[in-house]
Amino acid sequence: MSGNKKVIDKILDVYPAKVMKNRKEHMLLKDGGKIQEIAANTRTIPGIITNRGCCYAGCKGVVIGPIVDMVHIVHGPVGCSYYAWGTRRNKGKARENGKNFLNYCFTTDMQESDIVFGGEKKLMAAIDEAVEIFNPRAISISATCPVGLIGDDIHKVAKNAKEKHGIPVLSFSCEGYKGVSQSAGHHIANNKLMQEVVGTMDAEKKTFSINLLGEYNIGGDEWEISRVLQKIGYNVVCTMTGNGSYDDIAKSHNADLNLVQCHRSINYIADMIETKYGLPWMKVNFIGVENFTQSLRNMAKFFGDPELLARTEEVIAEETSDIEEEMETIRQKLEGKTAVLYVGGSRAHHYQGLLKELGISTVVAGYEFAHRDDYEGRDIIPYIKIDADSRNIEEIKVEKDEKNYFLRIPEDRLEELKKELPFNQYEGLIKDMEDGSLVIDDLNHIETEIIVKALKPSIVGSGVKDKYIIQKMGVYSKQLHSYDYSGPYAGYKGAINFARDIAAGMLTPAWSYITAPWRKEPLLTGKVSNMEGAESAC
Amino acid sequence: MRQVAIYGKGGIGKSTTTQNLTAAMAEMGKKIMIVGCDPKADSTRLILNGLAQRTVLDTLREEGEEIELEEILKPGYGDIKCVESGGPEPGVGCAGRGIITSINMLEQLGAYTDDLDYVFYDVLGDVVCGGFAMPIREGKAEEIYIVASGEMMAMYAANNISKGIQKFATTGGTRLGGIICNSRKVDNEYEMLKAFAEELGTQLIHFVPRDNVVQRAEINKKTVIDYDPKDPQADEYRTLAKAIDENEMFVIPKPMTQDRLEEILMEYGILG
Repeated sequence: MSGNKKVIDKILDVYPAKVMKNRKEHMLLKDGGKIQEIAANTRTIPGIITNRGCCYAGCKGVVIGPIVDMVHIVHGPVGCSYYAWGTRRNKGKARENGKNFLNYCFTTDMQESDIVFGGEKKLMAAIDEAVEIFNPRAISISATCPVGLIGDDIHKVAKNAKEKHGIPVLSFSCEGYKGVSQSAGHHIANNKLMQEVVGTMDAEKKTFSINLLGEYNIGGDEWEISRVLQKIGYNVVCTMTGNGSYDDIAKSHNADLNLVQCHRSINYIADMIETKYGLPWMKVNFIGVENFTQSLRNMAKFFGDPELLARTEEVIAEETSDIEEEMETIRQKLEGKTAVLYVGGSRAHHYQGLLKELGISTVVAGYEFAHRDDYEGRDIIPYIKIDADSRNIEEIKVEKDEKNYFLRIPEDRLEELKKELPFNQYEGLIKDMEDGSLVIDDLNHIETEIIVKALKPSIVGSGVKDKYIIQKMGVYSKQLHSYDYSGPYAGYKGAINFARDIAAGMLTPAWSYITAPWRKEPLLTGKVSNMEGAESAC
Repeated sequence: MRQVAIYGKGGIGKSTTTQNLTAAMAEMGKKIMIVGCDPKADSTRLILNGLAQRTVLDTLREEGEEIELEEILKPGYGDIKCVESGGPEPGVGCAGRGIITSINMLEQLGAYTDDLDYVFYDVLGDVVCGGFAMPIREGKAEEIYIVASGEMMAMYAANNISKGIQKFATTGGTRLGGIICNSRKVDNEYEMLKAFAEELGTQLIHFVPRDNVVQRAEINKKTVIDYDPKDPQADEYRTLAKAIDENEMFVIPKPMTQDRLEEILMEYGILG
């Protein structure tokens, strides 16, 4: 990976001095011998074509949108809702109440006169209509940029609608311009779910009950994870929020353990639930055979039940033996290939283990919207400088709920377990990367081009914004936000799906046709004739 | 066609001055259109003898695309064509966007006919956002008059408005034509306003004295020109109309610092 130093130089070389100084802080070459710092969660310099999304994308698109039995109304002109219609591929099934509105796209479709005269009446009418036609369990309202500019009071509308219809109406001031990336939206969504939903319904206690936090059921991931968990004997009380239902979230405080998959988008709730209800959280990774196995073992250790521990090993053995052979066949085909991962606040980390199992080393990895703790680990949280952009996003404080708070396991045992299991801990992406590999935050268009040209990776795991640019450069790109048209990729069966998909993607002969014929062959051909009187061709 | 925008602190008498001034111009035989850019839609009340106007935005909202010019453009005293942009009730929506929408609509409907000598924009209070600067954007009003008085806050607002004009003037053709004093009978008002105008690099184009006939005319929903054409106050508006019609002094204003503004007040405002 000695080429990586040159890549950094090439990237920094294209920038004016001031931009160069800024971007330099956002990239590093892993050096295991040093404590390394990276700049993250800061404003992208205007003019740079960043891959980042907006606050609305993080709130409605990521966290709130996957809840199946709610109608999610986007208050704004039609585009914000339309272009987010199903594109994340978060799947869901109706519960006993038969309610699943994920396939719909709801918007107030604001027009010019709604901007001038205010859109509150139109929003109320949209809620009335949604209740009348769909009778949802609850409603969410997400504000888009113009709503914030003209000052529509969506919280007042939500309050009135709640009184009028007798169902919960959650309003989110998640205007796209807030914060520096979609991360602000995650936080806003977490706050509201904690303030108005979590803890509002009771449920009967079940054994081995867990919540899956930060799992969004992209391509059916949650279903595959839950299938294995249930097979072992776990009771999944709630998934936040993939295939989640309103009632599940309301009852989530009744579980015994929170598992955190996507740390960035949901760590706020995980922390707040622990403070309020005494429910500990543990970092897990369901992507890749080894990671999944390790997570399952960690969970079993927490509960410490001999039968559960035994059942865990049984299921691991059974499930892995189903896929071992095929994983090995595919690994042989992919051995030695390299990957660039630029995705999320977790996935660029989560997928590295699975790629490694397939013989692929990750040479570059970075996050779109992560904070420093997602790179460097949670230990550095007290040292993160809070800037004005972060201060603009409300930080809520919760207190112990005396009635519902209880310790799941004795305090001293939890302290003991913390020594070996990742409770309240995420060690970040950098730790797991190989020395010399490139870590880069808030990647952009020109940097993507330079990296792909210089390193010629076999696969780039990224999103729709850069996928086709990368493929036009002759390199296979896999969308790790939406999984393109495929999935699930989590768990054991998911690992095989992923292996098959990327093997097909990388090994297809299509890449050999990427260079246009006129770049390889002359357009005109001819020969010089020696015959007398004949004209020479040229 | 000369397009003129009237700005000034809220409550200073922009609408009253504009209507009396345009009434005097109509008397001179000029063809005029007034575009009220205040959401309250009361800029043409004296010309129309009451709030008889449907606003552009209300019409747009109710009728959709099918708007006829006649529905929103009413002729009043002296055949002055009156348009009210209108806007949302206080505290909701976006009044600034409303002005932009409404002026665009007027242009599309062909309200700016060649036979017009003057278009007057009566604009609310201060240039608080892009919407309220719409009348002085490229291709719109190139002449601006600020209504002020000898009161501190009126001059403060006038100075602020000049900052806005300066910005638009350096990128476009907008110029300040002068300060109109609508007297509040404060001490030494004429001298103070004259010095203030000169400091800005412009002129005090006319000093309109305070007279109760204006109030009486307003109660009767009329301009002074219409209500009592022989009153000396009517002549004051006629003088103002003539001064504007003959004005040749158009400048990029030089707004002053807060300190300098206070110095002028000290110098002229405290007598003896």
